[in-house]
Amino acid sequence: MATKMAITLHVNGTEHEVRVEPRRTLSDALRTDCGLTGTNVGCEHGVCGACTVLMDGVPVRSCLIFAVQAQGHELRTVEGLASDGALHPLQQAFIDNHALQCGFCTSGFLMLSAGTLEQQPDIDDEALREVLSSNLCRCTGYQNILRAVRQVRDAGKEAAR
Amino acid sequence: MSAHGPSSLKPGERHNGDANPRRRFVGQSVTRLEDPPLVTGRGTYVGNLNFPHQLHMRVVRSTWAHAIIRSIDVSAALAHPGCRGVWTGADVADIPPITFRPTSVKGLEPYRQYILARDRVRYVGEPIAVVFAEDPYVAEDLADLVTMDAEPLPVILSADAPPGEFAPGLSTEAVVMRKAFGDIEAALRDACKVVEVDVRVGRHSGVPMENRGALARIDHSRDVLECYGQGKRPHAHRDAVAALIGRSPASMHFYEGHIGGGFGVRGEIYPEDVLTCLAAQRFDRPVKWVEDRRENLLACNHSREQHHVVRGAFDRDGRLLGIDAKLWHDQGAYVRTHGARVPDMAMGTLIGTYHVPAYRTVGYIRMTHKTPAATYRSPGRFESTYACERLMDAAAEAFGLSRIEIRRRNLIPKDAYPYARAMDILDHPVELDSGDFAGLLDKALVHMGWEQMQAEVAARRAGGECVGLGMGFFMEKSGLGPVDGAKVTVDTRGKVQVITGASSIGQGVETVMAQIAADALGVEYRDVKVIHGRTDLLEYGIGSHASRATVMTGGATRMAALNVRRKALEFAARHMVEAPVELLDIVEGQVVRVDRPGEPGIPLGKVAAALAPSPETVAFGNPGLTAEGWFETAGMTHPYGIHTALVKVDPETGQVKVERFHVAYDIGCAINPMLVEGQIVGGVAQGLGGALYEEFVYDERGEPLSVTFADYLMPTIGEMPTVDVLLTEDAPSPNNALGMKGAGEAGITGVGAAIAAAIDDAIGIPNAITRLPVTPQRLKALLQEQRAGRT
Repeated sequence: MATKMAITLHVNGTEHEVRVEPRRTLSDALRTDCGLTGTNVGCEHGVCGACTVLMDGVPVRSCLIFAVQAQGHELRTVEGLASDGALHPLQQAFIDNHALQCGFCTSGFLMLSAGTLEQQPDIDDEALREVLSSNLCRCTGYQNILRAVRQVRDAGKEAAR
Repeated sequence: MSAHGPSSLKPGERHNGDANPRRRFVGQSVTRLEDPPLVTGRGTYVGNLNFPHQLHMRVVRSTWAHAIIRSIDVSAALAHPGCRGVWTGADVADIPPITFRPTSVKGLEPYRQYILARDRVRYVGEPIAVVFAEDPYVAEDLADLVTMDAEPLPVILSADAPPGEFAPGLSTEAVVMRKAFGDIEAALRDACKVVEVDVRVGRHSGVPMENRGALARIDHSRDVLECYGQGKRPHAHRDAVAALIGRSPASMHFYEGHIGGGFGVRGEIYPEDVLTCLAAQRFDRPVKWVEDRRENLLACNHSREQHHVVRGAFDRDGRLLGIDAKLWHDQGAYVRTHGARVPDMAMGTLIGTYHVPAYRTVGYIRMTHKTPAATYRSPGRFESTYACERLMDAAAEAFGLSRIEIRRRNLIPKDAYPYARAMDILDHPVELDSGDFAGLLDKALVHMGWEQMQAEVAARRAGGECVGLGMGFFMEKSGLGPVDGAKVTVDTRGKVQVITGASSIGQGVETVMAQIAADALGVEYRDVKVIHGRTDLLEYGIGSHASRATVMTGGATRMAALNVRRKALEFAARHMVEAPVELLDIVEGQVVRVDRPGEPGIPLGKVAAALAPSPETVAFGNPGLTAEGWFETAGMTHPYGIHTALVKVDPETGQVKVERFHVAYDIGCAINPMLVEGQIVGGVAQGLGGALYEEFVYDERGEPLSVTFADYLMPTIGEMPTVDVLLTEDAPSPNNALGMKGAGEAGITGVGAAIAAAIDDAIGIPNAITRLPVTPQRLKALLQEQRAGRT
């Protein structure tokens, strides 16, 4: 067992002082050491995307990053999407469009979509499908996930006009 | 249908003589009650739960496909400072093998699995030891320190290879099953043509996004062993696990919490489930086990792998006189919870939607050295529908009829329902309750623009594209009974709690039950809280499987809600308002007088408060605004549908692109069409996986090659076509008041059949596709053979 390292994780605007082994994944640190279990772990080898979080605004697989590598970066997880009790537009759109069933992949899809729309609010349909193809869902067949994200994108474009 | 108890409604009886059950929420696509915690990261998947002072269990798995265990060395693990325990088979020698559900199929007992291997291992991934540590990372370290010395034995990797030895003196052919009715020999003799297909379905499975896990502890205040993370059939599994580890069922409870997808594979009692509960009991500490994805692909039940040879005897008009079928079922290494249910269903449902006067089927249930097989969404039916529809396509070719016409000539006519077949499926006699398949076909062809699609395909082919259309007709079965119960209670704030024995595996059972209860009771569906998957709150429960929850639990929920309604109205009439019960109704949660519209009503919460225990309420019957309801049904319900695929093949690479997919489905009564559509589209995605991408591949030594998501390819959005769903309600089930049929498997059953047919059509080679999944390699090889044959 390697020596634990003291690090600070900045998650959703809160500082978490944690002691972790160097081998501890960011997903495990978020879930176990920060108590943020909204980030689910589906494959631990970076394929399914269930563990997607935002690191400095960019969607990343938290199972492929060691917690110690995340020090000094701004992290956002699904717990940080809603503000003041109001759901994020993507969260509401996922409910309205039945874009989730078991919900296990949902946090990852929400963070992937949130990061993508923040960086590319005008993303076209084809590019959006390409981005969403980086995560796996086993329940919905994706149709409603795409519909939900497009709805938020379109509402954003409308608002920006 | 019937109900029990002194204040129960009788069959067909409705409150105040309403001609129709009220429908405010039933039939509406209301948003789900399940969603808010799931979109905000507050799910209670078992991996998210922890108890203080818990141990972490890790399973050590066989790396041998078939071998005699010489020794297992645990000394290095035991010497590790973080080790809290190691068990091998010898440490759990007192635990009997895992049981299977009651069945009339004899001879399966010797093929059961022990929770840790004894003497032999029979698949890569079989648990051979478990280690325990305070930390999951340390538990993984410990598992790496356990080694096994073994003597390899020959491996059997195919169900149609000659049987070998499961154990000394015991064949790997566990059982041969037979079903038959009518005179098949006469049918074959009298046939104008006998058409034969020889087809295979690959090994694939449900593969939910959440891996398996369990968290068990003993609550000493009640002397109850609690286990979290058990979905699909908590009651049955509680009883079985309790028996295995020697507890009484009442001293053990299962709680499911949120479950990250079911699809059939959560219906097994796995060695790990038993080990986690046993460890909590032996260590007297909470014990947590969560597998990783590699383990999930190695050890969670596989499914589907079957080889079908089907012969159809047709008269000169292309009408079926009989079907003679054989099936080789690859059961994998052990028979677990589901016994022979999957081949049983495959054999029982193969003749599907067709009128078949004579039928004979033989199933060879054979053990191989692969992960044990069991149910996956539409178990047996995905396989048998594919086999039967391949036969119908071959018959169309043989008779020079269109693929639609050959089917039309053989569909069970509308006026033949209820339609009995002189055989059993899962020990239940087959009686198809209602249907109008030809009617659905007519609607489907119009809805999808069949003629236009054909014209489009013809034009594109003329332009050199390799495109084609294919169909899969299927008959589903749903609402497996015979009995389910529910309990409905209204609290003093007027909020309604429905306690069911169903399981929520992501399908929306809370919302659907709330819709049914809300309409039966007369309240807002958002005021209804639905409890599921808790053995401590309801004595009996069947869980969620076989598309049964909406029909069975929905039926029970409705009965219980109607009983509560009746109780509220009778009590209010007697003690709270000066009016006969006939003049009272419940509207939006208030007891109102139907003869005085606009007059303020009495909130149900007040009725509940007035029903608090008192001499008056005891004299009335029993206190509390609460009632149970039971629903029983003699027969299953049989929804049916048509899948249609439009595919494009790239002849150079062998890649298949599914461009469009249509599903037409008669569900009898859709409680929530949005959720039904969600079930169907999700099912299509999984079906496409099994038809084109997903396969558990083994090398010749029995080494599994599909152990990551990079090797086991599930569809992403990139592979998904637009899926168009036509839902009809033309054949409501006579077996329940709302006419409901199930939805869970409608999206997947016909996909393999439709895709195979569409690829045949695209490449212009009839009967070309005989094996799923149609991977690019296989299709390219097939096209190359074809070209070589031509030159």
